Amino acid sequence: MSVDTRALDQAGPPGRRARLRVSTVFWRRPWLKALSLLTPPVAAFAIVYVGALAVLLISSFWGVDAFTGKLVRHWTLDNFRQIFSFSDPTYLRIAGRTIGIAAAVTITDALLAFPLGYFMARVASPRVRGALFVGVVLPLWSSYLVRIYAWQTILSGGGVLNWSLHGIGLPSAHLAYTNWAMWIVFSYIWLPFMVYPVYASLERIPESYVEASSDLGARGWRTLRSVTLPLALPGVIAGSIFTFSLTLGDYITPLLVGGTGSSFIGNVVYENIGINANVPFAAALASIPVMVMAVYLVVARRLGAFDAL
Amino acid sequence: MRRIRRIHLLAAAVLVAALSVPTIAISRSDGSSMLTKIGKGEGSLNLIEWPYYSDKSFATAFVKQTGCVIHRKDAGTSNEMVALMRQGGGGGGGQYDLVSASGDASLRLVYGGDIQPVNVKLIPSWNSFLPAFKSPEHNTVKGVHYGVSVQWGPNTLIYNTAKVTPAPKGWNDIYSAKYKGKLTVPNNPIQIADAALYLQQTKPGLGIKDPYELTKDQLAAVVSLLKQQKPLLKRYWNYATDEITSFKNGDVWMGAGWPYQTLQLQAAKAPVKEIVPLPTTGWADTWMLAKQAPHPNCAYLWMKYVTTPAVEAKQALVFGETPVNPKACPYMNKLQKSSCAQYHLNEPASYYSKIKFWKTPVAQCGWKSGNDCMDYNAWQRAWTQVTG
Amino acid sequence: MTTSRARIALGIWTALVFFFLWAPLVLIGIYAFNKSNVQSWPLPGWTTHWFRVAWSDPDVRSSLWLSFKVGLLATGTALVLGSMAAFAIHRFRFFGRESISFLLILPIALPGIITGMALNSFYVFAGLGFSIWTIVIGHATFCVVVVYNNVIARLRRTSPSLYEASMDLGADGWQTFRFVTWPVLSTALVAGGLLAFALSFDEVIVTTFTAGAQSTLPIFILDNLRQGQQLPVVNVVALAVILLTIVPVVIAQRLTRESGILRTE
Repeated sequence: MSVDTRALDQAGPPGRRARLRVSTVFWRRPWLKALSLLTPPVAAFAIVYVGALAVLLISSFWGVDAFTGKLVRHWTLDNFRQIFSFSDPTYLRIAGRTIGIAAAVTITDALLAFPLGYFMARVASPRVRGALFVGVVLPLWSSYLVRIYAWQTILSGGGVLNWSLHGIGLPSAHLAYTNWAMWIVFSYIWLPFMVYPVYASLERIPESYVEASSDLGARGWRTLRSVTLPLALPGVIAGSIFTFSLTLGDYITPLLVGGTGSSFIGNVVYENIGINANVPFAAALASIPVMVMAVYLVVARRLGAFDAL
Repeated sequence: MRRIRRIHLLAAAVLVAALSVPTIAISRSDGSSMLTKIGKGEGSLNLIEWPYYSDKSFATAFVKQTGCVIHRKDAGTSNEMVALMRQGGGGGGGQYDLVSASGDASLRLVYGGDIQPVNVKLIPSWNSFLPAFKSPEHNTVKGVHYGVSVQWGPNTLIYNTAKVTPAPKGWNDIYSAKYKGKLTVPNNPIQIADAALYLQQTKPGLGIKDPYELTKDQLAAVVSLLKQQKPLLKRYWNYATDEITSFKNGDVWMGAGWPYQTLQLQAAKAPVKEIVPLPTTGWADTWMLAKQAPHPNCAYLWMKYVTTPAVEAKQALVFGETPVNPKACPYMNKLQKSSCAQYHLNEPASYYSKIKFWKTPVAQCGWKSGNDCMDYNAWQRAWTQVTG
Repeated sequence: MTTSRARIALGIWTALVFFFLWAPLVLIGIYAFNKSNVQSWPLPGWTTHWFRVAWSDPDVRSSLWLSFKVGLLATGTALVLGSMAAFAIHRFRFFGRESISFLLILPIALPGIITGMALNSFYVFAGLGFSIWTIVIGHATFCVVVVYNNVIARLRRTSPSLYEASMDLGADGWQTFRFVTWPVLSTALVAGGLLAFALSFDEVIVTTFTAGAQSTLPIFILDNLRQGQQLPVVNVVALAVILLTIVPVVIAQRLTRESGILRTE
């Protein structure tokens, strides 16, 4: 698309003419615009984040000196041998527990959030919807740590839950400091992250689709299964990225509400960084969640989640 | 096509940057030799500390006296402290001056070259310290002082007087199924030493001479004891508040803890008491001077100030620990009645010699020749094996 | 069309989920008045003492202020970088387009401890002293994706012919931005910015690794949770933060309301 230079000369004051010229350059060479828009964020990310990540993962192939604890840049697979060993399956057990609870939390949050999102998107009036939205987002602003600590008070032996159960004549629930407690707390903490994408994707489904479906003879459940769910699935998957990854990498909740068999990968990573100063081993351990999330993200992209974030 | 080449260049640049890390040497200035005289304060002091170790109730006067403005970085675990000291090339990275390291981390800092020796002659209160803290193994290596002891605490057995009868006399109940599911111990690899100390008494055949210096077989025996203990526990506690809440809520009836937890629980009207079954382990904190400390004069002024009796007493009661300077006893009693005895500051010397203070496990065995004792790495692996 | 029975069932479910969401927050509010510094049930007694302590404690103020500053800076950075990236990805097709959106999601998809460790070693390697800026960079890495998602979702719903029409009518780049792009995007930026600020304000894991001798609010809270001499102060601060953020969140929700009305086709 060429620009009529006469029109440019008549465009107005010099400042505006200059701006028009710059705009033309960008219009004619779209890749230049793309590059100038993209370079700052990508450069920042590539250098700072990806570079740092690469260095960390490379260091998992190194070791530490036993006496001084300093890095020894000698290539070895020892760290991985220790982690993936079957004679001492400690780390595999911890990894399995972490992934298992992350999956359980994700499914729980999806089940909790879907009806809520459906109500907010399709049933509630705009005023109620607004209030519900605020009610879901506001807990994110209260401190994550304080909320977990509140759960300790709820779930403990003499806590609120058991007090209520006794009040209606039920026996105590021995949930304190167990993996059940962790499952409940994690599902609680990440729920708003799941509600938002699910609500957004449900809200985007045009009413006409649902009407068309019932015109074709489908009852409520059939419409839900064949029309609503498939269209809302990207939103659920998008929310699941948050709940899964945030649970996978957490180490604070196991510290506060976990019991004797509740260590997560993050805990072991954290324990190995300090006095142990074994960053290569910690990096090797950290590669497990990286690999799991890489697979998860590839699958999520296939299912269209990236469009629904 | 130009577009593809640009992206490829970018990727290549990242990879080159990443791989060039090994070849860039981080230069460090040589650690300064010890001060012979405390000079004028530099106006600033950066601390890595346990919370309240520079509490305003006693730090404000110091700042006014010396002009050294305190910037504090609170750490919650020894792991954090070591990690912070190793930043920026080690030695505190030129950012931190002092670190209040506990015995489980102190030797790691010393052998890692992050700490410089301290001239105890510049700290007058050092002469009044309890003998056990003048040159303890966890901060003095081959006669060289790598810091100044500041406070300590014994590891005690806390129990619920209403639920635990008869009152326990030793550590036995922590390893037996009598109160299954109602016990707690700290989540710290150094806890291996507690189990080792117990085995030293109950299974002398293992030949354990020092609970922090264990051979491979001795460590394996301790690990099997800890694995037996795991199903008896309700949880491993990480922070003091965890233990306090667990006791108060009735989730736990007995556990290893510190006098701080007992006093907090008693203040909250929980029916708990503690005993100190000797021998037991204990923790002791040392103010250590970073090798790259930017404000050494302020650091020495702080160490001098914080070891004086009045300040020791204040810090002890704010945090919940015991001073190393016995002259603090009357000051403690003035601030809080009978606190000196509650915190075990007025005991005879033989008492302190029965407390095995935390010491970072290293490969060199002190009680026999050879370097085949299990180091902290092995302890951490063993602890993860037990708790994971 | 949802039947009335389905509506009632959904309504009950919503109420239950909301109870689940808010009960612990109510508990936090209750324990802000706790007489003892041990958080046990039932409450041993009531007092407003901790409110006074929190108000006069300089650490509370400085950590709140630092968190606020970090949040603003990280959100600002994220708004700029995120929108730029969203524009580029949306408008142009080029090699590596998919991988860039993948790249941007990494900080939020990978565990915080990995981001923290990676950034920590990067700062050490680059010789950067730890300061408020290292914290901001750390927070910006995961805030960018939040803004990016909101902006690109909005861009996907706007027709590109708007820009062409604007150019046809003689507007230069800046005028197009001012009169066409900005009104379309503003609510997406507000929603993205709000979520980014919330994430940054409450972040503790990455901050532990990227902060120097500074305490943000979550770090202050963690410190107090460990020793517990002033535990109810933490509840007071959490309660205050919830109450203070009601107004901005409601305003933001009002502003972004229009973005939701697309069902009426």
